[in-house]
Amino acid sequence: MSARDEILNRIRAGRAGPKPYPGSGPVPQRGQVGGEERKALFTRMAVQAAATVDRASSRADVPSLVKNYLSQHNLPAEARLAPDPRITELDWASQPLLNTSIGGTDGSHPVSVTGAFAGIAETGTLALTSGASSPTLLNFLPETHIAVVDAKDLTGTYEELWERLKAQYGEVMPRTLNLVTGPSRSGDIEQTILMGAHGPKRLHIILVDEP
Amino acid sequence: MNGTPRKQVGLFVTCLVDLYRPVVGFAAIALIERSGPFTVVVPDAQTCCGQPGYNSGDKESALAIARQVVQAFEGFDHVVVPSGSCAGMIKTHYPELLAGDPAFAARAKALADKTYELTQFLRDVAQWDGVYSEFAQTVTYHDSCSSLRELQVKKQPRELLAKVGGLKFKELPDSEPCCGFGGTFCVKFPDISNRMVEDKVANIEATGADVVLAADMGCLLNIAGKLKRKGSKIEARHVAEVLAGMAQDSAIGEGQ
Amino acid sequence: MQSTSHLFKDNAARALNDAHLQQALTHVRTKFITKRQDAMDALPEFDALRDAARDLKNHVLSRLDEYLVEFEGNVVKNGGRVHWCATPADARKTILDICRTAGAKTVTKGKTMVGEEIGINDHLAANGIEPIETDLGEYIIQLRNEPPSHIIAPSVHVTRDQVEATFRKIHTDLDPNRNLTEPSSLLHEARVKLRGRFLVADVGITGANFLIANTGSTTIVTNEGNGDLTQTLPRIHIVLAGIEKIVPSLQDAGLLLRVLARSATGQEMSAYTTFSTGPRRPGDVDGPDEFHVVLVDNGRSKLLGTEFEEMLRCIRCGACLNHCPIYHNVGGHAYGWVYAGPIGAITTPALIGIEHASPLPEASSLCGRCEQVCPVRIPIPKMLRHWREEAFERRLHGNRARWALKAWAALATRPALYRLAMRVGVGVLGMLGSRRGRFSSLPLAEAWTRHRDLPAPQGRTFMAMYRGKK
Repeated sequence: MSARDEILNRIRAGRAGPKPYPGSGPVPQRGQVGGEERKALFTRMAVQAAATVDRASSRADVPSLVKNYLSQHNLPAEARLAPDPRITELDWASQPLLNTSIGGTDGSHPVSVTGAFAGIAETGTLALTSGASSPTLLNFLPETHIAVVDAKDLTGTYEELWERLKAQYGEVMPRTLNLVTGPSRSGDIEQTILMGAHGPKRLHIILVDEP
Repeated sequence: MNGTPRKQVGLFVTCLVDLYRPVVGFAAIALIERSGPFTVVVPDAQTCCGQPGYNSGDKESALAIARQVVQAFEGFDHVVVPSGSCAGMIKTHYPELLAGDPAFAARAKALADKTYELTQFLRDVAQWDGVYSEFAQTVTYHDSCSSLRELQVKKQPRELLAKVGGLKFKELPDSEPCCGFGGTFCVKFPDISNRMVEDKVANIEATGADVVLAADMGCLLNIAGKLKRKGSKIEARHVAEVLAGMAQDSAIGEGQ
Repeated sequence: MQSTSHLFKDNAARALNDAHLQQALTHVRTKFITKRQDAMDALPEFDALRDAARDLKNHVLSRLDEYLVEFEGNVVKNGGRVHWCATPADARKTILDICRTAGAKTVTKGKTMVGEEIGINDHLAANGIEPIETDLGEYIIQLRNEPPSHIIAPSVHVTRDQVEATFRKIHTDLDPNRNLTEPSSLLHEARVKLRGRFLVADVGITGANFLIANTGSTTIVTNEGNGDLTQTLPRIHIVLAGIEKIVPSLQDAGLLLRVLARSATGQEMSAYTTFSTGPRRPGDVDGPDEFHVVLVDNGRSKLLGTEFEEMLRCIRCGACLNHCPIYHNVGGHAYGWVYAGPIGAITTPALIGIEHASPLPEASSLCGRCEQVCPVRIPIPKMLRHWREEAFERRLHGNRARWALKAWAALATRPALYRLAMRVGVGVLGMLGSRRGRFSSLPLAEAWTRHRDLPAPQGRTFMAMYRGKK
């Protein structure tokens, strides 16, 4: 008998009669908000998770906001852009002091700028899906990760996120879905939280009102 | 005589009160009878609630004792226990223990439904706030694990103590952890138990209280024993003694 | 992993006298508890979510076979492979075979408790493949040659000073005069050291917090991002998971996520929650070429339908450890096997046998705080009692305690005799102790009087006085 059959047989021998599916629990009220309230909740929760958030009235403002963020924090004026048309088609030439390049990363890029599939207001979380235009490693290897999320892509709750994923991807999930809530951290030395364990030390979110 | 029929309340004294501190039993009787139209009866056929066996894996012994308690107490309108852990044993564990016994399952459940820890009975059943005793000392209160987590009793003793004349109440910091008694645990793992009671006693001392009260003799023996070993002046008493105005005896572990 | 659970008493005695450990453990009892409470207070639905999480897990366990088969089908559909392993030996062999086929020299690892269960690190190392732990805590203890002492905080038993000493001892290529006083400098050093290892590893092994049946996805939850680097950089990603990790859908994972981080660290969400579905797709810029899921039973399936089934609801948050007064005092290593604390005290006997772990269920005051905080409401004290019953039936604790319990029961079921015996006993003790009110030592009571006085009885039993008054 294969291990598979052995395990399945033991389960079938021991399990109780099927219990009906009980549902996936209450949806927290907190996230059931729309409009400005949703944006404010997303921002508040992301900041609580130690991310920083800039608001942009239009996507055209993103390059200058990226440049300003990097200078304000004395970070290298260079950005690895995800090959995402929502990012690459912006007017990066308007920032002559900012070096940009496009593609994935092998760890040699200090700063990444990526798009986001969605943001979840309930916990201030970004949803990032992998694909040709969104290499996963841009979310993890650079010391500074800047993510651009459109206000129209904010969901209030996780339930809405799952629906949008299904609407976009059908039955087949993207290979990787990263839910990112604040920058990388570790509490493994005396339970004191320190930022930047293996992933980004800084997570900066640019929330764009109008694409 | 007025027309209100007096309810019969069975007092389950508990083995530790019986052996160690009879005054608690008398205080409980006085409190129950003051709190409403109740007549307290102390059945002869009571000994122990069965926790030692139940918590040590001796289910057979626990069952024998549980059946005896059900038989002795099922005839009363209410059953009151001056101990969170013994009340918890009857209220939460008997129904489970006897669930497989057709002759006793329903009776255990019925007994559980009318059994209460003393302060729980005084507040939730009798809805009593007629405490008029005096106790001009600063006290703190230790919640037993069973009271807190099996019976959800926390506010009742505090509400009652708030009515005691002259009493100053200081909340115990970090009040929810176990004191380290745990029945046979404290003698099976004395060194771990000791660390737990050291922490508890340090918190009790930090309140600046003169007296620590609790509703479980097990916790009280443990805490009093540690306080006395450390040479502390803080006294330990069962909460019923103070509520009933019967705190004249030497405190637990104090000489006469 | 070799167990020392049967030596719990010796382990605990050592732990109580270990000053470094005692210092390190103070962080558990303060930080975790207040953070969890704050997170609970911030979510009014928290307790209702716990009920729902319990019910969901019960449902899954009642249809575990169907969900596993559905999961397998979807993994395969997405280009991955599923390996069923009944025993730790099966799982070790499966993983070693995958690594050998790939010609692997180094393997990076995210945190996996099942990896500890099956002893994968030693097995790989014995076969010439270097396993590298990448979670900071796991890295620290790997360098110290220790097992984890906590489900989510594996190095919680180590002080900052000890981390510094370990790094200085092992990282000999670095300047011996470097300043490592700040915890952040230790973190930085580990980050730099491990970054190099991530980039060259051939295989990445992670655990799984959830397996999602209807998508074939596996989920990991981390704060460091080490798991993501572990599973994205190497050519091969192996997911090592217990069969009980399955949930029907993303919504259900969402439910468990709502209680997981809050219970574990008091965060709303851990920093990274990652769902992986199959290997790299055409057009993808990064990601592994191969995706393997190693499903491990190791004694789980035989718990179904027993009084121990409910422990399979565990989502490994560590809340029961964080709130356990025994854990607070002896730490994790005293438990002697992979899982420590209350969940360890019920899981260890289930997985290695009660005859090898009989002290663990005894080492509890049954205070109930573990059940009070469990996000899936596992009745841990009830299961501790079940193990005690099993140990009692199998006479694992010798005859003295057994005889005492039987004698007590014999007396307690004969009220008249009981009353006589108590009256005599209490009379003697009361008389002996009446002046001081307590005993500092007493025959047969050494375990009590070693640390505390024994208060003397008032002198007469309540029953005798009550009858006398009537």
